[in-house]
Amino acid sequence: MKELCQLFIIFARIGGFTFGGGYAMLPMLQRELVEKHGWTTEEELMDYYAIAQCTPGVIAVNTATLIGRKRKGILGGLAATLGVVFPSFVIISIIAAVLNNFAELPVVKNAFIGIRACVCALILSAVIKLGKKAIVDVPTLLIAVAVFVVMCFLNASPIIIVVCAGLVGLLLKGRPVKPEK
Amino acid sequence: MLYLQLFLEFFKTGLFAVGGGLATLPFLREMAASSGWFTESLLADMIAVSESTPGPIGVNMATYAGYLAGGLPGAAIATLGLITPAIVVMLLVATVLDRFKDNRYVGAVFYGLRPAVAGLIAAAGLTVALTSLVHLPYTGKLLELLDIKSILIFLVSFILFQKFKKHPIIYLAGAAVIGIATGFFGL
Repeated sequence: MKELCQLFIIFARIGGFTFGGGYAMLPMLQRELVEKHGWTTEEELMDYYAIAQCTPGVIAVNTATLIGRKRKGILGGLAATLGVVFPSFVIISIIAAVLNNFAELPVVKNAFIGIRACVCALILSAVIKLGKKAIVDVPTLLIAVAVFVVMCFLNASPIIIVVCAGLVGLLLKGRPVKPEK
Repeated sequence: MLYLQLFLEFFKTGLFAVGGGLATLPFLREMAASSGWFTESLLADMIAVSESTPGPIGVNMATYAGYLAGGLPGAAIATLGLITPAIVVMLLVATVLDRFKDNRYVGAVFYGLRPAVAGLIAAAGLTVALTSLVHLPYTGKLLELLDIKSILIFLVSFILFQKFKKHPIIYLAGAAVIGIATGFFGL
């Protein structure tokens, strides 16, 4: 029980002190888990991270589940995962409540005119960064363009797109490779 | 009933949103269009708040959306819905860990998935841009369609963000100050 509480607290600290999740969380994970507690090694952490990135869901949550499970089984996985989302839940609920009440104030309205424009720049930057990693040849370029066009003109569900794109990837790259002589 | 629906919607998001960061955005856009829990114009606010507060962005976005849909219980249920599939999948994957990581089929699936996620986020981003940078509906006059101030802020923050890769919160704070200042002078 003590260790479950500890898992919850450590991951709450990680969730509460990293801005942005994903890669931003890595240095914090290293300090807490490798250096302070010796629960895992650098290599193992990188492996977990790689797996968390290619499984569904939020990367930070996936990593927490994996590390918690390794320490204390299924309950450990649960404790770590609930820990990592707990600060988000508290902080975001407070901000959402405050914004809901003050959204009509002119100063808040004006601030959000600037903020919304800036968010568009952040999204564009994220798309460029993702695109550079994802678009490596002609088929991947076609997939990206096709998905963009379909989503702009049809109200397709992103689930269908994700499933289809995965299948296309399997068809293109999933053939068994003949062993080289 | 609302809470069950919320849980299911975010369960689906947690199961199919791959790729981290803004991967939940296309799902939230679809929710805005189909459920009426929040409007598309609030998506930009969700991103801004999620990027400038601690915690994983995907979790922050889900909590925010859940709060808008159903208050504090809504926020809790949306967050739990988002992480449930992750917990289940990760506990299953953990047992076949080493085989999973270097599996050829997993690599092939992601070969197709990554560009699709880029396309999905680009399309959802266009929706956000339409609510933030232009005045719809189109009245026939180009100058009335374009929100010049917003477009300028967009261009400047994009160029600065590309040049100096500082944390997004810095650019968001700067843009907020410019928004307030220009509003103060009636621009």
